Amino acid sequence: MNLLEVKHLKKHYATHKAVDDVSFDIQQGSIFGLLGPNGAGKTTLLRMITGIFYPDEGQILFNGKKFDPENDVRHIGYMPEERGLYKKMMVGEQTLYLAQLKGVPKKEAVEKIKYWFDKFDINSWYNKRIDELSKGMQQKVQFISTILHQPKLLILDEPFSGLDPINSNLIKQEIFHLSQQGTTIIFSTHRMEQVEEICDHILLINKGHKILDGSVKQIQQDFKQGLFKIGLGTMPNPAQMATYHFTIVQTHDKAFTVKMNEDSTTNDILLHFIRQDIPVTYFEEILPSINEVFITQVQQTENSRNNVAAAPLT
Amino acid sequence: MEKIWLIIKREFITRVRKKSFLVTTLLVPLAFAAMIIVPILLATSSSEHKLIAVVDNSQLFENKFPDSKGVYFKYLHQQNIDSLKQHYEELGYEGVLYIPEFDINRPSGFEFYSSGQASVTMESSINSDINSIIEKKRMELQGIDQSKLDGIKSDVEVTFKNGKEGKKGSSWVAYGVGYASGFIIYFILLLFGTSVMRGVMEEKVSRIAEVMISSVKPFQLMMGKIIGIAAVGLLQFLIWGVLITAIYSLIPLFVSPESMQAAAQGSQAMSQSEQAEVVRRISEVVGSIQWSLLLPCFVLYFLGGYLFYSSLYAAIGSLANEDAADIQQLTIPVTVPIIIGIMIMMKAVHDPTSSLAVWGSIIPFTSPMVMMARLPYGVPGTVPYWQLGLSFVFLIGGFMTTTWAAGRIYRTGILMYGKKITLKEAMKWVVRKP
Repeated sequence: MNLLEVKHLKKHYATHKAVDDVSFDIQQGSIFGLLGPNGAGKTTLLRMITGIFYPDEGQILFNGKKFDPENDVRHIGYMPEERGLYKKMMVGEQTLYLAQLKGVPKKEAVEKIKYWFDKFDINSWYNKRIDELSKGMQQKVQFISTILHQPKLLILDEPFSGLDPINSNLIKQEIFHLSQQGTTIIFSTHRMEQVEEICDHILLINKGHKILDGSVKQIQQDFKQGLFKIGLGTMPNPAQMATYHFTIVQTHDKAFTVKMNEDSTTNDILLHFIRQDIPVTYFEEILPSINEVFITQVQQTENSRNNVAAAPLT
Repeated sequence: MEKIWLIIKREFITRVRKKSFLVTTLLVPLAFAAMIIVPILLATSSSEHKLIAVVDNSQLFENKFPDSKGVYFKYLHQQNIDSLKQHYEELGYEGVLYIPEFDINRPSGFEFYSSGQASVTMESSINSDINSIIEKKRMELQGIDQSKLDGIKSDVEVTFKNGKEGKKGSSWVAYGVGYASGFIIYFILLLFGTSVMRGVMEEKVSRIAEVMISSVKPFQLMMGKIIGIAAVGLLQFLIWGVLITAIYSLIPLFVSPESMQAAAQGSQAMSQSEQAEVVRRISEVVGSIQWSLLLPCFVLYFLGGYLFYSSLYAAIGSLANEDAADIQQLTIPVTVPIIIGIMIMMKAVHDPTSSLAVWGSIIPFTSPMVMMARLPYGVPGTVPYWQLGLSFVFLIGGFMTTTWAAGRIYRTGILMYGKKITLKEAMKWVVRKP
């Protein structure tokens, strides 16, 4: 079941199209990566999903119904990229205030705060002022205040920026945990290594357009280039390597990276080594990283656009 | 609705809890009290004896100087003025007044010696004493009787009445009440307006704005702040009112009634009947002000003007960036109309029916200040009902327009980071679709 369906969403500013005809679905309970270079339109897209901006055109369905910002925002937790807290407020009353604004009754909010403060081991901060905390500590408080009202949809925009590895990991574990409990998570970033690790599904946008949409595994399959790494007991001499089935891309210590010919199979490659009695120690497929896909896709769209723009001149 | 209530509560509580709130709330009435008590105490404390030596060679002033306000005169005979000039301090005198023999028609050569400069009050009182004694002497020489002269002097005061109602009015009371209420509203607009602006800036600069706006509408956030700050202001006024009244009623405990009287009336003691007359006249002129109309109008113009301007200040605050200097420039278009308003107000208290005053009290940019200056002169005498009505309608329409427009600027501005925003750009947001 889809928690969120976005259909042909458009948002135009005076000078440019921030989001131009973007559609995608997000399955309930999945971790959805929203990727794009700076200025791609990620924040504008998220602001429409959180009800901060109205789309110029298109439709958003939340939980199967037309998105109603007035009521549905209580089911959404949003941690924007530009985030902060009231500096002079106490940690405890700050989180309580934000939870109450999401419609959590006071008594329930107090219990939840206690639960999360225990879990993150920050009970001693309750009566500290926000500006007495370090940046990393503030981020923890910020994260707690985003999830306190148990949102169905949790939107995190660059959640790890400003966090040290230990706290990053803590938050990451919490994201997985929430996801297992059925929370749907949108994770927006331009840090690709995190995406592969965390997300089930990604959407890549650039300059307001959707470039790519699919599961991480599927995208890796779609963009693989037939590269394999083969480990060998002894390195053969170059004369033994002439074959129709593959070409050597890179030579390592007791291993090769090879690119398979389109007509060939992996067994053809293995047979080539086995027939010559070269011991094979391991054999693995090299899948493209999301980072590589991202860079090539962004560059491609940029090039194709530049070509179109340059066309009249030639 | 529940959300805006939460916002109002937060704005109110965080401000009231601050030390600065406590300090200003207590200090203002204390400063007020000090303004009243200190001069009285000073006047009282000057009752330390000041003895002035008088060397009178004309024989005209013997025992004629009135001893008052702690200044006493001692008349010395056959004294060598030159040696006295040298030694008067050792003899315990504050100063020496030297009066030579003089021609009654051309008096000159009067001298006063003291260490340092004699005080202004001492100077003027000695001058006037000498002059009145000489005048008396001249009248005697001309054969004019003092009682006849007193009979000639006239002290008529015209009673100014409000023509239509035949009610007794007093322009100086209207002037005072109008001026004071106009000024209070001016201070409220500037002080509370900038307070709203700083609150909005804080939200933007600390980056809480977007977090908030994912829970509440921008308009709710803005209005919550505006209403919360208004509540803080009202509470402060209430406390000031109570404290000032309390201090007023406590003053007699600290200061003896005699010294208060002395401070209030100077050397001339008032007779009982004169005092009664003053009290009667004060109560009469206070009664001449239409309080039942003026007080509700004050509250309405205070709220209307505050809503009108504070929403504009909120919009300006939403344009802020880390660079605080930019904001100074941006506030000018909002602050200037307020200053123009106070300037028109100062004219209007002098001439409440001039066309400047009339239009100033109708246009909502200036009406809260200017109308409050005109109202004490009387409704419908000075301010016809249609003017008051029109002024209200315009003010209500005005603040609805400014809050609407400010809401649109605020909504966009509060989320815009890292870019210097010009007013021109902000004006475009008002008409753009959301």
